[in-house]
Amino acid sequence: MKFGVVQFPGSNCDFDTFHALRNVMKRPTVLLWHKDHDLQGVDCVVLPGGFSYGDYLRSGAIARFSPLMQEVKAFARKGGHVLGICNGFQILLELGLLPGAMIRNKNLKFLCQHVHVRIENEKTDFTRAGRKGQVLRIPIAHFDGNYYAPARGLKDIERHRQVVFRYCDAKGNITEEANVNGSLGNIAGIRNREGNVLGLMPHPERASEALLGSEDGRTIFESLILSLERRKPARRPVRRERARHD
Amino acid sequence: MKVRILVSFKDSVLDPQGQTVKNALHTMGYAAVKDVRQGKVFELELEGATKKEAETLVPEIARRVLANPIIEKFDWQIIKGR
Repeated sequence: MKFGVVQFPGSNCDFDTFHALRNVMKRPTVLLWHKDHDLQGVDCVVLPGGFSYGDYLRSGAIARFSPLMQEVKAFARKGGHVLGICNGFQILLELGLLPGAMIRNKNLKFLCQHVHVRIENEKTDFTRAGRKGQVLRIPIAHFDGNYYAPARGLKDIERHRQVVFRYCDAKGNITEEANVNGSLGNIAGIRNREGNVLGLMPHPERASEALLGSEDGRTIFESLILSLERRKPARRPVRRERARHD
Repeated sequence: MKVRILVSFKDSVLDPQGQTVKNALHTMGYAAVKDVRQGKVFELELEGATKKEAETLVPEIARRVLANPIIEKFDWQIIKGR
């Protein structure tokens, strides 16, 4: 399978994500320029972290108007896989591909630290290499990660099992203390109802090699590879003891 | 014509910045301040638009771009011309 990492002016995790996918996960990966109209035949679009357009107006609010994002929107509507990391998650919310919005962290601080998140739904194309309740240690780095959705919308999200990751302590307990940015329901990552779009605030690419202090982020990339290569004969199967195929 | 648009959080959304300003005001002794909500102000200069056209155009722009309707509300007025 082929990954595409979108670059906006102000993206700063584009090369880290590119490196994790191409050199660590060893899958063909291309960089996609926000002004282009061509997704270059990728199987999965990744919107990386950073500060697209300087976060002017609201985080992700301007990036959604990029020419390439119109293609990404159409790609997602046809069932194409889209992963939004941090600023990429914010863009997906602004674009309307995921429900809800982000407001400033509850303590008004830019948070740059390792956090624990628990896999709430392991039956998604982004988590099938993990297991239910598994705790992942992945860093966050954001100012606006305080997830908000109106009460009714939040109910829908929970009912359709769209919450994929929640902030938790090291043992997997969902606590107020572990909810560093104040997100409703400790929400760290959600998917759309169809299951082909995921957004999360933690940075899996920054936790993809032992050298970086954690390899837990690989679970998300491995899941995508498992999910998307299952449909075609896999050239290089991903080794994973606990891999689940439905 | 010049219009001014005020975007602020809906009452149901917590405004951590407003809260911090309120706390600062209390620390300074302004006990009468009961609540603070922070927002953004935009001034748009419109060319060749009538008042009637502005009444369609401005809310559309506010809804589509300037405000995120999930968390924010807006208010606007004409401040120059007509």
